[in-house]
Amino acid sequence: MKHKLLGSWEIKKTNTSSGLKKVVISVTSIILGLIFAGLFVLLTGKNPLELYTEIVQSSVGSIYGLSETIVEMIPLALCSLGVSLAFRMQLWNIGAEGQFYMGAFGATYFALFFSGLPKLVLLPLMLLAGLICGGLWALIPALPKAFWNVNETISSLLLNYVAYLWIAYLVYGPWKDPKGNNFPLTKQFSDNGTIPVFGNTRISYALFLMAIIAVILFFILKYSKWGYEIRVSGSSRKAADYAGMSYIKNVLMVMFLSGAISGIAGMAEVSGVLHRLQQTISPGYGYTAILIALLARLNPISILLVSFLMGGLLVGGYSLQTSGFPSSMVSMFQGSILFFVLAGEIFNNYRLVRKKA
Amino acid sequence: MDLNYLIAILASGVVAGTPILYASLGEVITERAGILNLGVEGMMLVGAVSAFYVGTFSQNKWLGLLVAIVAGGLMALIHAVITIVFRANQVASGLALTIFGTGLSAYLGRTLVGIPPTSTFKAVPLPGLSQIPIIGKILFNQDLMVYLSVILVVVLWFVFYITKAGLLLRAAGENPSAVDALGHNIFLVRYAAVIGGGMFAGAGGAYLSLAYSPSWVENMSAGRGWIAVALVIFAVWDPARALLGAWLFGVIASLGLHLQALGVMIPSYFLQMLPYIFTFIVLVITTRETKTRRSGTPAALGIPYSREER
Repeated sequence: MKHKLLGSWEIKKTNTSSGLKKVVISVTSIILGLIFAGLFVLLTGKNPLELYTEIVQSSVGSIYGLSETIVEMIPLALCSLGVSLAFRMQLWNIGAEGQFYMGAFGATYFALFFSGLPKLVLLPLMLLAGLICGGLWALIPALPKAFWNVNETISSLLLNYVAYLWIAYLVYGPWKDPKGNNFPLTKQFSDNGTIPVFGNTRISYALFLMAIIAVILFFILKYSKWGYEIRVSGSSRKAADYAGMSYIKNVLMVMFLSGAISGIAGMAEVSGVLHRLQQTISPGYGYTAILIALLARLNPISILLVSFLMGGLLVGGYSLQTSGFPSSMVSMFQGSILFFVLAGEIFNNYRLVRKKA
Repeated sequence: MDLNYLIAILASGVVAGTPILYASLGEVITERAGILNLGVEGMMLVGAVSAFYVGTFSQNKWLGLLVAIVAGGLMALIHAVITIVFRANQVASGLALTIFGTGLSAYLGRTLVGIPPTSTFKAVPLPGLSQIPIIGKILFNQDLMVYLSVILVVVLWFVFYITKAGLLLRAAGENPSAVDALGHNIFLVRYAAVIGGGMFAGAGGAYLSLAYSPSWVENMSAGRGWIAVALVIFAVWDPARALLGAWLFGVIASLGLHLQALGVMIPSYFLQMLPYIFTFIVLVITTRETKTRRSGTPAALGIPYSREER
């Protein structure tokens, strides 16, 4: 069990990996990721430390920043819980962005055309619509995957662009607010169609929704028979077939639920934060969600923690914009961190030891 | 629709398909060696931004192209290290590369938005050939990068099926332990394939920012990298079929644009959806085909190679 790498060092396989070691590896990976991305900033003559300080200060350095971080955390965590469920079964659903958009679409339909319904009826209806639209959107790549093993990574991603254009059509066309100065947005939802917020922050009660879904998923995955089934189906279809588990049924169910949770995120965003549908409802939540799920090793509770961190990074990104940087540059930091986390994974299963002479 | 119009659609279809062709060829090389790289979108973006940056400031499109190729190769090197040395999950690493490339290109391009290009690839009619009726206008009245892409398809086809290097490359994706056992350096082959694939993606990006729509816009590849990955399956990992797929895709995309110009009463958003929906359908159909014919997919695709688990 030896593998030659460099000089007098060798890698040995270990079967155990302590919790502490995992934490050390994760933290080291994140720091190395920030250093690596910082090098690119440094190369163009800017000081990465200044950027990082700015990001930290704007996101967690004030009560306002902190509350904005939580606002961003909610869609991130929900989408990430969604994709993590699919990832458990080795289904690479990277269409959360589109599922988020379709969820927002479903919720907006009811908010616009049934705005007179009482809040206690309208909000659950919007939630249900968001959930179903997101879920059905995820079923489109799930069906060919289940029946013909069509690569779901590519197909789910392609649909993101379709969903984005669908929303564009609506907000530039039939759903455009006639009194909106020609901006691509719908008219504001009636009060009945909006989720209440905490005090004078922008944090909506969807925070509870996020927490509840995280806890439910945690228990399903850890203790239920079905949670076990999807893990087995994910690691080996043969084993699942042998144990009498229906692979096709599980692919469809997992993908539907995965998309449904991202759909809920879309509903929560239009109903809880924006109070209308517009072209730019997501700065790429669905993509960042993938990263979060992987960093959190698909654990629903860790997802909440990592979502908070990534929410902070997003808020930091917005403030970088005022200093003349594109806010999308935060994905450079995200990608870089993920490189090192992925590479660092090997040290959980292997140990680097000095060769005996 | 008259003939001239049809010719115009087909000719602009070739142009629209060319960036995807470069990227697809790159992914064909990479996957043939057994490595899946989903970072094509990110590599294209970094290629596009560096090509535009260098091409515009040096006023030399060729230098821009060259730098884009190097940049694409360097991006791919990251993926190679993570998946070959650290044997990490290739899907996850490719996604990380796309996320990273999106951010890096946005950062590098922040001062380039709105700047007019100074040196671009323009149509160069081939003497004689461009006079051939219909075909001449479609194929031989294009820019140099289009001709280059067709030459590369032929070259790659020969390398794949005629040369020893091609045999080694294909073997690395089919049966890496056999390559290793025969004393060849499997890691070297895979490194070369991944980096080579990245160079092609970089060139595809350069085509976007120096020829297709000369400018830099954040996220300007708009999913073409993903479409390129999907077309590899359609192409059954064959360079010639990659050309067919990319041009077919290009024609569909340009058809959408032209229908708009013709005043067809379909909202433009639906026409813009066409390429993605088309790719989706093609992906489903070709996957079913490859399954029934039991051919195509390199056997070791996506599986990290480790000597100890041989």
